[in-house]
Amino acid sequence: MRTIGPAWCFVAPALLVIAAFFFLPVLAALALSLTDFDIYALADFRNLRLVGFRNYVQLLQTPLFWQAVGNTLYFVVVGVPLSIAVSFGAALLLHSRLVKFPAFFRTALFAPVVTTLVAVAVIWRYLFHPHYGWLNYALGRVGIPPIDWLGDPHWAMPAIIVFAVWKNFGYNMIILLAGLQSIPDQLYEAARIDGASRWRQLRHVTLPLLVPIVTMVSILTIAGYFQLFAEPYVMTQGGPLQSTLSVLYFMYEEGFKWWNLGSASAVAFVLFLFIFCVTAVPRWLARRESAA
Amino acid sequence: MAAGCERSSSRETVLRFWAMGREGEVVAELLPEFERSHPGIRVKVQQLPWTAAHEKLLTAFAGDAAPDLCQLGNTWIPELAALNALEPLDRYAAASPIVDAPDYFAGIWDTNRVDGALFGVPWYVDTRLLFYRRDLLRQAGFAAPPTSWPEWKRMLAAIGQRAGADRFAILLPLNEFEPLLALALQQDEPLLREDGRWGNFEAAGFRRALTFYLEMFQRGWAPPLGSAAIANVWYEFGRGRFAFYISGPWNIGELRRRLPAPQQDSWMTAPLPGPHGPGASIAGGSSLVVFRSSPHKDAAWRLIEFLSQPSVQRRFHALTGDLPPRRTTWADSELSADVHARAFREQLERVKPAPKVPEWERIATDMRLVAERAVHGQLSVEEAARELDARTDRILEKRRWLLARRNAR
Repeated sequence: MRTIGPAWCFVAPALLVIAAFFFLPVLAALALSLTDFDIYALADFRNLRLVGFRNYVQLLQTPLFWQAVGNTLYFVVVGVPLSIAVSFGAALLLHSRLVKFPAFFRTALFAPVVTTLVAVAVIWRYLFHPHYGWLNYALGRVGIPPIDWLGDPHWAMPAIIVFAVWKNFGYNMIILLAGLQSIPDQLYEAARIDGASRWRQLRHVTLPLLVPIVTMVSILTIAGYFQLFAEPYVMTQGGPLQSTLSVLYFMYEEGFKWWNLGSASAVAFVLFLFIFCVTAVPRWLARRESAA
Repeated sequence: MAAGCERSSSRETVLRFWAMGREGEVVAELLPEFERSHPGIRVKVQQLPWTAAHEKLLTAFAGDAAPDLCQLGNTWIPELAALNALEPLDRYAAASPIVDAPDYFAGIWDTNRVDGALFGVPWYVDTRLLFYRRDLLRQAGFAAPPTSWPEWKRMLAAIGQRAGADRFAILLPLNEFEPLLALALQQDEPLLREDGRWGNFEAAGFRRALTFYLEMFQRGWAPPLGSAAIANVWYEFGRGRFAFYISGPWNIGELRRRLPAPQQDSWMTAPLPGPHGPGASIAGGSSLVVFRSSPHKDAAWRLIEFLSQPSVQRRFHALTGDLPPRRTTWADSELSADVHARAFREQLERVKPAPKVPEWERIATDMRLVAERAVHGQLSVEEAARELDARTDRILEKRRWLLARRNAR
């Protein structure tokens, strides 16, 4: 008999915990997604039917699911670059020597991240209010007619994106700021001696050295933004015309509002595959970058 | 502590009673009297928030932790009855000197019957009707509220014309299914057919209701808004942004509290107009139910009887503002003199239950979503009805399978 290495003894407790609280539930959910578990099955187990992949097939034929996918992609495709750009801009500003009281601004810009989402969502709902909101008041001053931010299906998602970017950019800002501060000053000195403008310093010194951090930040942000739920849940309840219904919201309604736990589990697995595939893109880009 | 509980339970019965929201807060004030008149029974009330109540009930049922009795929104009764979680109460009600079925409003009592069995006793009622601005109607040349659709349309048109860009004749919040459901329940055709196996939205009745509902938006009488976009409905109603509003009894209290004194004379309630005269509305409200798993069903029934006495219901109304479900309770209380409650009293004689299938809440939500698309011009009435039937038939697939299997046995 081979002896079990001491390393295994050390990791065993952690592995057991992960197996019990992660892999087992995931397997159970996978099994659930092959059944039509609902309140009838809760009443009597004989009402449970094994349906194979029917939940998945039906899901892919549900227009509302595709609308939710479309809404979520819209949120990710617009929200992630915007969020990272704002974070990066804020980090550059804080890093530059132009800013007085950097500690104060760092805290102030980070504050939205630690606020309670539900509480600030209520405030933002007032800001977005078509009649009494500050946003439309400000737009009115420059001659733009009022927009029904949360009531118009075309504007509801942009409004959610603005809110989400405001709420989240501080987190990435701190990570990017740490990245900026770890770039040695000598590199900039050398670039200046070579006569590089500020723009070229940014392009050829700052950005290449930040690639690993930007990659990590974008993977985290994409994975996070795909799980859009709380913002529409509090601000619009998925409306108007389901224009802010996300995949996770769709799953929540299917599972916990209608108790179709079978098809809700199927949604969860499809969402997992989506996130897995999409977060592979920045990793692949980063690998290509470092190979080049 | 645990030993103490056990010792007391050997001498007296402890009833676990779950109640929701505001009712859960105030019912405790009624219970000392019950405990005095029923030595040996103690009641432990647990208050649930409405938003979490549904989930809590289902998980409690799944985990064998259901209470002895519970307040239940009457649209949830078919679902818990399908779970086989509720005790049929016919036997108790038939023998009871207090719970007198014919004294209850018929439509409300009916919501508690599923497949012929009685599963709950109405505790308080809720329905939707018209709140309207008397002064705005008078300005448009109408002395009394409408009693039929044609009359109502004339008023909507007259007020709609006088209204400015930001003013409307009626508010039908797009995030509520109740206004459309009330209009649909006024029709002769049921909303589901063949014992709740299939949707019946393509029938002439529902199409008539939907056509009228959409007309109110198409003609600009109603704004295509949800209540979130209105923010403060009472304030907007007070400043005359809309003249009609379909809503429920809680808004009597809200409007009395929130509108300034000079405006208090300007608003009134009226029964919902129907296609050819006074129409039906939704039979809503909460019932008291006993769980099948309860070991203290007789004691639970004693408590239901106590809470069903007209004198107790009157005190309950004074505490909550909830409307009582019995005609006797209405007859000799301050409610009979209440000008705003009078329309509700009349409407309650004409309330109809929504279809009694566990899936109804989901179907009603889809009805609202499809109607919202039609309001935005994405679907015609025919297309909306067809879409709704297709969705409903899919939701009811499991129900059809279960019924077919039950019949095959």
